[in-house]
Amino acid sequence: MASKVLNVFYKDDDILMEAVKKVQSKNYRIEEVFCPFPVHGLDKLLKVKHTRLAITSFLYGLVGISVALTMMNYIMIIDWPQNIGGKPSFSLIENLPSFIPTAFEMTVFFAAHLMVITFYMRSKLWPFKKAENPDPRTTDDHFLMQVSVGNNDIQEVAEFLNTTGAVEIDLKK
Amino acid sequence: MYTISKNLKLTAIILMVVGAIGLIYGFINVPSSVEEVHEILASSDAHGHADEAHAHDDEHAEHVFHQLQNKPWASIYTAALFFFLIAAGALAFYAIQNAAQAGWSPILFRVMEGISAYIFPGGVIVFVLLVLSSLHLNHLFIWMDADVVAHDEIIANKTGYLNIPFFLIRAAIYIVGWAFFYSRLRKNSIKLDEGFDPALFKKNFKLSAGFLVFFIVTESMLSWDFIMSIDTHWFSTLFGWFVFASMFVSGITVIALVTLYLKSKGYLEQVNNSHIHDLAKFMFGISIFWEYLWFSQFLLIWYANIPEEAVYYVQRIEQYPLLFFGTFFLNFLLPMLILINTEFKRIPWIVSLAGVIILVGHYINFYVMIMPGTVGESWSFGAAEIGSVLLIGGLFLYVIFNALTKAPLVAKNFPLLKESKHFHY
Repeated sequence: MASKVLNVFYKDDDILMEAVKKVQSKNYRIEEVFCPFPVHGLDKLLKVKHTRLAITSFLYGLVGISVALTMMNYIMIIDWPQNIGGKPSFSLIENLPSFIPTAFEMTVFFAAHLMVITFYMRSKLWPFKKAENPDPRTTDDHFLMQVSVGNNDIQEVAEFLNTTGAVEIDLKK
Repeated sequence: MYTISKNLKLTAIILMVVGAIGLIYGFINVPSSVEEVHEILASSDAHGHADEAHAHDDEHAEHVFHQLQNKPWASIYTAALFFFLIAAGALAFYAIQNAAQAGWSPILFRVMEGISAYIFPGGVIVFVLLVLSSLHLNHLFIWMDADVVAHDEIIANKTGYLNIPFFLIRAAIYIVGWAFFYSRLRKNSIKLDEGFDPALFKKNFKLSAGFLVFFIVTESMLSWDFIMSIDTHWFSTLFGWFVFASMFVSGITVIALVTLYLKSKGYLEQVNNSHIHDLAKFMFGISIFWEYLWFSQFLLIWYANIPEEAVYYVQRIEQYPLLFFGTFFLNFLLPMLILINTEFKRIPWIVSLAGVIILVGHYINFYVMIMPGTVGESWSFGAAEIGSVLLIGGLFLYVIFNALTKAPLVAKNFPLLKESKHFHY
């Protein structure tokens, strides 16, 4: 049984936040909210789980520093330990200061880029992807809340939503 | 109004008394003659060079004798300078918050003012120690010794800057200047409690901006005078920044620790964990900044390895390996790993733990900057070192908490105060 979903439009983020609270108090299910800009506190209200992107970034950073040190240890110390200007290439630790700038940059490089790619993959963003927003106005000046009707009477839900300050209510096609 | 608790007062006094006893013991324990040093050296296994020439032994004993004579002086100097610069770091942070018109921090202004109150007494102690040095009661600064200067062309060429009268005048300008800015800022801040007056707010804004300009110049010169001139043959251009990072992060850490203490005692109820979070972020960020400068100074000198510069690190790595590299872990790696997590930055005991690590680390940082040039390889953590830290630390605690009782803990009428009370991150 495919549940019907209503597209509810708002013109103001404060009204939207209030509407979200009201809809939640009625125990209607909010499927998705589309906003033209980040609305502070909306994620908390919708109980969106806290992102774990920062943790992945930290782990990618550890990968980066490992790659850098392994690479330089192999190239500069193990494979061909030349005497370059008197630098001590007998062991990694003796020559470590000269490797730190590279190790630092590699850490940042891995942490940043792999995290961004993780973000793209998790949020399913890529070039030539078909845009998912149900109405182009949501990228300009309208806020859209999608409420699923469930087993309730569609008229009753729409009338309730109308009291929350909605400027337009459509049935999702 | 905050009233200093009996326990805290007692703790501060006990610290001062125990510290004073330790320091006096350190002064008494100094060998009184070269012969005594001979006996010490002969009895220690590490110096069993029986086959070496006797004349060389004499020279060595005299060298060690001077180092041991310096030891209690250097320890009290390190502690006095460390706590004085913590107070100055807190004042710099306060001035930055004022000049930047930060919206989150005004609720903590009185805490910062309380900590900065130590600038004047702390500055006087440092100044007295410098005067005693210039009276040749100790040999902390070799360039003050006319005999050394006469036989040392490099130092002789620096006497245009490094001479006792000019040195003391400069020291007085730094200390009096900072204390002056502090007292003006504090006075205006308290006056603002009586009733809001935009002129006072603007005055403090301008004073803060002026102080920051004055501060960065004097702080840089202070680091050359008070610390770098101990190793008179050595110089480094980013030294001023390096010292600044150390004192700044210590100052912020003390602000965080005092805030957490007052909050745990039920004062400062409106300070929420977002304020703590912001302070912890500063501790985290400036710790990394310190590490950046510590490493930059080391890397550039290590890489080029020019003997006249490298000797500074050769001595530290050979004679103070654990302390020198220990600061890397205490001041950078541990704070970074502890404070990188957003949740951890809101938990009082974790922030306190990181704060204590940072303070110990930066004391050691000052120790490694001052000791090699004054006591060389004869360093140890004994009664004099621990006593000095307890003595000055006790005085520091007493002065700052006493200053906190002088005014309400939260400034009234400050324009950004309401924003600060509702601050949430």
